[in-house]
Amino acid sequence: MDIDHATAVAFSKSWGLFYLIALSIGVLIYTFRPSNKKRFDRAKKTILDKEDRP
Amino acid sequence: MMVSQLTRGERQGSILIAAAVALCGLALAIAGRNDLLGVHGAFVLVGSVALIAFLLSRLDSPEPDVSRRPSEYYDDPIKVGIALSMLWAIFGMFVGVWVAAELAWPSLNFDTAWLSFGRLRPAHTTGVIFGFGGNALIATSFHVVQRTSRARLAGQISPWFVLLGYNLFCFLAVTGYLMGLTQSKEYAEPEWYADLWLVVVWVTYFVLYLRTIARRKEPHIYVANWYFMAFIVVVAILHIVNNLAIPVSLGHAWSYPIWSGVQDAMVQWWYGHNAVAFFLTAGFLGMMYYYLPKRAERPIFSYRLSILSFWGITFFYMWAGSHHLHYTALPHWVQTLGMTFSIMLLVPSWASAGNAILTLNGAWHKVRNDATLRFMFVAAVFYGLSTFEGSFLAIRPVNSLSHYTDWTVGHVHAGALGWVALITFGSIYTLVPSLWKRERMYSAALVEVHFWLALIGTLIYVFAMWNSGIVQGLMWRTYTESGTLAYSFLDSLVAMYPYYIARTLGGFLFLLGAIVGCYNIWMTVRASPAAAETALKDLPDARWAEGTATTPAE
Ligand code: HEM
Ligand code: HEM
Repeated sequence: MDIDHATAVAFSKSWGLFYLIALSIGVLIYTFRPSNKKRFDRAKKTILDKEDRP
Repeated sequence: MMVSQLTRGERQGSILIAAAVALCGLALAIAGRNDLLGVHGAFVLVGSVALIAFLLSRLDSPEPDVSRRPSEYYDDPIKVGIALSMLWAIFGMFVGVWVAAELAWPSLNFDTAWLSFGRLRPAHTTGVIFGFGGNALIATSFHVVQRTSRARLAGQISPWFVLLGYNLFCFLAVTGYLMGLTQSKEYAEPEWYADLWLVVVWVTYFVLYLRTIARRKEPHIYVANWYFMAFIVVVAILHIVNNLAIPVSLGHAWSYPIWSGVQDAMVQWWYGHNAVAFFLTAGFLGMMYYYLPKRAERPIFSYRLSILSFWGITFFYMWAGSHHLHYTALPHWVQTLGMTFSIMLLVPSWASAGNAILTLNGAWHKVRNDATLRFMFVAAVFYGLSTFEGSFLAIRPVNSLSHYTDWTVGHVHAGALGWVALITFGSIYTLVPSLWKRERMYSAALVEVHFWLALIGTLIYVFAMWNSGIVQGLMWRTYTESGTLAYSFLDSLVAMYPYYIARTLGGFLFLLGAIVGCYNIWMTVRASPAAAETALKDLPDARWAEGTATTPAE
């Protein structure tokens, strides 16, 4: 099969769509997973800590 | 200061690295002796020999107490990075004002090639984006990664290598333009040898960043680090792909890109737009997500939103570059793809701007009283504005009016001055007192002065360019009844004159603000070093004794 312009277009229009959708679903699951809530809350608060030592 | 934290062995190691760089310089100087390449080789040689001499003279100065390292952050490279960033700011903005003035009064090139617009313009863009912005990004990323990971930088020499190596790249770039060296790709003008050098520096940067994160004591990697890592990784990819080129010979600065025709254009603007996205946006969002909550003493409004916008920005921006090539030989569907993703981009962009502004909701009195926080607040507003404008300009018919006009330049500086520079100044004013262990900046009034100079300068600049751009665009598409163009190009040029003068004035005010900022930082650093000494020695010994549990693994 020749890889020409039309092949590239077909590939981007199908796979491009699918992998971006899959990725968004993955990100949404990661973000809203209840078990992650505690880590996120801790992360956003601990940076305000005044202590300046490792 | 640079060597006081290095052991004797580390000083020797640094000398070896500098010697290797000196050899490369020597090789370039010899191979390129009949070319401008030789001049650059000589610069590299002289610079590294000077560094070696400096290190040798300090070889026997007192060594640091290594056992303390795990309980102290490594801040020396950050301090130098901030200083370099401010120096580049003055240089780059001064050149910006100069080229702005040249557009109004062309004779300011004094009939020399060195001062011509074509050579000074990239000196401006490189000076501000890579010199000022890049050094600020490196310095703040070193600060943020240590604080949010509660771990010391994973290297003693490598932070210096990254910082100084990066500045060598900027120096080669700017001196090259002044001599007439460029590969004519916007924001990627330096030639092949400088590009190769930047790859080495950048990979070191990435490895250093990852190793520091690997040492972290916090379970979760704070979102600012994700933005900084996206900045580092993507800039590496962009830089390598866009600069693939074959030198005419190893003795010449000149090279030819491996891409050609419309593919070269697409690769260039894929690079160009993602340079906006990952250099001028992602890294500065990293700054914003750390310094803004820190200064406001309030956690970010929604952590989840910050993650969603991170992935949104990362994956949408990649596809938007073709909006720079509307109405070109680029296939129509690729243009449409770029336009669509540009419009979608507004969502994660506004999510970030909104997240920042909502963080301040309930602390407006702080924004009113504290010019440092106000810098960051206004930056978030300009971020929202310029991304809205960008999505709008990306719509093909709108672009047919704006492209080639000063509207683009207005959009650029709404982002560059209003967002990039203001968030940087806000972050630096937050960072400097804590870095040098001072109570606060030398003068709050001068921060206030800087804020107003910067804001007024930005507004004058941006309004002048919006006006001039739209006037230009309309004049170029106005037809007479008989179907010929109503205005000649020269007519439109004459119409620009007042706007170019206004822009020069706005830029001058902005530059003045940056100078005030430098003075204020200098005075803060100089103020009562005695107080700093005690602050440093004031090590909580009890905590140090029980510190074994919190010591990161070496
Ligand atoms: C003192 C303030 C500044 C002045 C007076 C100034 C002036 C200028 C001028 C006259 C141009 C050329 C426009 C043209 O070709 O028509 C320009 C281009 C540019 N400047 Fe600035 N500038 C300033 C600050 C900055 C800063 C802080 C940044 C970035 C952080 C920046 C980024 C750029 C970029 C990216 C371009 C290229 C725009 C394009 O190709 O469309 N400038 N600037
Ligand atoms: C959603 C976000 C954004 C979108 C969709 C966007 C879109 C655009 C568009 C359509 C152009 C004009 C292209 C042309 O006609 O040649 C442009 C130019 C430009 N934008 Fe943006 N923009 C966005 C945000 C930003 C931000 C935050 C900055 C930060 C400083 C920025 C910097 C630039 C620069 C430097 C150029 C000029 C490139 C050149 O021709 O040299 N943009 N942008």
